Amino acid sequence: MALKFPIYLDHAATTPCDPRVVEAMLPYFTEKFGNPGSRNHSFGWEAEAGVDAAREQVAAVLGATDKEIIFTSGATESNNLAIRGGALMYEKHPAGSGKSRGHIITSIIEHKAVLDPCKRLQKEGFEVTFLEPPSDGVITADMVKNALRDDTILVSLMWANNEIGTINEIPAIGAMLKASGREVIFHTDATQWAGKMPTSVDKDNVDLLSMSSHKIYGPKGVGALYVRRRRPRVRLASLVDGGGQERGFRSGTLNVTGIVGMGKACEIAMQEMDRDTARLSKMRKRLEESVTAQLDSTQVNGHREKRLPHIANISFGFVEGESLMMACKEIACSSGSACTSASLEPSYVLKGLGVGDELAHSSLRLSLGRWTTDEQVDYAIEKIVAAVKKLRALSPLYDMHKEGIDLSKVEWAGH
Amino acid sequence: MSYGPKIIDHYENPRNVGNFGTQADVKTRKDVGVGLVGAPECGDVMQLQIKVDQATGKIEDAKFKCFGCGSAIASSSLATEWLKGKSLDEGLAIKNTQIVEELSLPPVKIHCSVLAEDAIRAAIADYKAKNGLPADADTAQSR
Repeated sequence: MALKFPIYLDHAATTPCDPRVVEAMLPYFTEKFGNPGSRNHSFGWEAEAGVDAAREQVAAVLGATDKEIIFTSGATESNNLAIRGGALMYEKHPAGSGKSRGHIITSIIEHKAVLDPCKRLQKEGFEVTFLEPPSDGVITADMVKNALRDDTILVSLMWANNEIGTINEIPAIGAMLKASGREVIFHTDATQWAGKMPTSVDKDNVDLLSMSSHKIYGPKGVGALYVRRRRPRVRLASLVDGGGQERGFRSGTLNVTGIVGMGKACEIAMQEMDRDTARLSKMRKRLEESVTAQLDSTQVNGHREKRLPHIANISFGFVEGESLMMACKEIACSSGSACTSASLEPSYVLKGLGVGDELAHSSLRLSLGRWTTDEQVDYAIEKIVAAVKKLRALSPLYDMHKEGIDLSKVEWAGH
Repeated sequence: MSYGPKIIDHYENPRNVGNFGTQADVKTRKDVGVGLVGAPECGDVMQLQIKVDQATGKIEDAKFKCFGCGSAIASSSLATEWLKGKSLDEGLAIKNTQIVEELSLPPVKIHCSVLAEDAIRAAIADYKAKNGLPADADTAQSR
């Protein structure tokens, strides 16, 4: 089959909707358009039935029960509700008491949707420990254990990292927290994990879990927060008040079409998970091995085994990420380069791993998906290798490297 | 970032890529001035080399290499085009704002043009220093 351009290799950013998802959603726009809050007519009942079914589909993918699923606008809202709602509910001392309101543990490589709520709580009187992972990017149970304090109320760690795909020891951390006998709520941002990898909130001792629909071939603008109901029953302060939907955790008329789509996406995810994982990990491995074999001074970032099947993050020494993406514009991917970010700062995740600013500027994230083909990956390999070679021919740093000059010893006139 | 046609053209067909020898070579060449500005951790490094006809004092050739984004590559490529055939004083008269205008650089990329101007000044200053010419008051001020 002829390749169509550009080739989409940015599935960690978002995924296309599965056509089966769109099909499941369509009736809820026009015929079954009711408000599930309308308890007195069939329009409301129909919509409610759609939401109920979706709630079960989402619960199934997490190993939870349907009553433990709160629908939100996406993982960002889920994270905010879990962290802020959890901190406010479990605070040790009230604001203005002059004492620490409570201690929170998270890590420096979390998504901004976790970091920023934590930083806001810090300003408001909570104390936050930001764990720093080693260069493999993996947060272990021991690191969390060492950071625990008597006033720790919440631990929030991502299941898998969105930039490098590394997997934290979530089940081990959950087990450690449970065994510690402390009353600490354990939240995980599973945006890149849930629906892609086997999950059992019960077995893994997770209390709160955020997930998103659009990362798993569902629609945008919908997500879920799992809130444990038994052992312990987790409570949260709501952030959006109003009609009391979603058991009062999250008011607002439900996004029925989105929710139905997310449910369908979860159902498909359960069926196709093993096949997707096997196929994508093979593809990713080939991609990484092929480019690193053809190019010197190239490194794959993050732990070699403990990572998601579909995300490859590679630094190409002596070339800059934005120009690299320009040189392979037939491929849609992302970069840790400052020039591609709104903040003009290189990736804080790669910096957090100690990758070094110059290699952070030189990184590409390629993330594969359900419809990525071997031909597309072959094309990407060929294009990336050619682009790196072209840019290295332009790079004064590569010349200096070849001449045996140690770049770290050069006195740069920074600006 | 979506770029205008002139940046794309310079990026895809960069002019005057190269150098007049290794770092060690050019250090000893009196007819060559080298400007190396920026830093790898900032995400851009430009190397601009000028070759001066010592009889006429004109820049007869200019070469560049650049580690950086598309705008940085385009800015340095353009700088080499403009430098050729100019006297040192004329070279020093090139301003970053002219580069911004010529390439229609977006506001977040203005620093690339500043870096190119710095590279021009550094290369000319290097040439002057090697040949015992008085440093221009302007060039002595580094940014």
